[in-house]
Amino acid sequence: MSDFIGDWHALVVLVIAGVIPNQIWRMLGLWFGGGLDEGSELLVWVRAVATATLAGVIAQILVQPPGALASVPGVLRYGALVAGFMAFMLTRRSILAAVVCGEIVMLAGKWWLG
Amino acid sequence: MRSVASTVLALVLFATYLGIGALAHDTHFSLAWTLLSTLLVWAGPAQIIVITTLGSGATILQSAIAVTVSAVRLFPMVVSVLPLMRTPETKRRQLILVAHFTAVTLWVECHRFLPQVPRDKRIAFVHGFGTGLLCISLCANTIGYFLAANLSQTFASAILLLTPLAFLFSTARNAREPADVVALVLGLLLYPLAAQINSGLDILISGVVAGTLAFGVHRWRARA
Repeated sequence: MSDFIGDWHALVVLVIAGVIPNQIWRMLGLWFGGGLDEGSELLVWVRAVATATLAGVIAQILVQPPGALASVPGVLRYGALVAGFMAFMLTRRSILAAVVCGEIVMLAGKWWLG
Repeated sequence: MRSVASTVLALVLFATYLGIGALAHDTHFSLAWTLLSTLLVWAGPAQIIVITTLGSGATILQSAIAVTVSAVRLFPMVVSVLPLMRTPETKRRQLILVAHFTAVTLWVECHRFLPQVPRDKRIAFVHGFGTGLLCISLCANTIGYFLAANLSQTFASAILLLTPLAFLFSTARNAREPADVVALVLGLLLYPLAAQINSGLDILISGVVAGTLAFGVHRWRARA
């Protein structure tokens, strides 16, 4: 059971570092959202920064891979991304095709390299 | 065709949370911690930021800042979703759970499904739909967590790779304006540069710089 919960300190950290900074924007949207124009310049900037931040998270996982992913050579991690992108464009933006294709390239490469 | 599309989104959600479960396992968080983060945060990117930043030794403040920057996008989403189900009698507290469930999957599906749902039943519909998505994610979390614990390294790395791929391509799919595409591409390219500074705020730096440049492109196009 203690394995399941882990230590309580980590759960408190989760609330402070993860839950509050995330929920605050939803609640602000609920409270102040009524009067805002969805196409306003401020929201365009906000969306651009949020998108670029998300891209940074994706890049971080590929550049500094966590856990088992670190056992995959960089060439294969980036190759999977490129293969996924090509499938994405060829299938007129199919997320599923992109993800499956990227995974296949990574697994095939790993199998081939041994 | 419609049901196929919704299956794909549910699959992407499943894959994402499978990946988050595996990620949490590999960064030594407990399963309860992982499930609680899904339940209370309910935003894949924020959860990954918390796990990777805390896992790589960042301070609580550094990861809180990175999370809040990534979460700003929820604000316009909530703003655009709520008018779809508000009636003159709707009280604000009735919408709290709807606001909590709002994330990219629900946001896309609300715009697709809600026009077919009578207005006075929409809040109930979203509560049910959000709970369903949450259940899918909690199951995926648990499966991913145990798969990462028990599978060979090759399969564990395949699961971990699901997260960046699913995120990248679902964001690319939702990019409607050139500024969104520029932000995505620049954000990918600038992160390795920002990581050289190694300040603990690398994601924040590359995000603000790339996002502002993308906004500049948007302004420049608007004027041209």
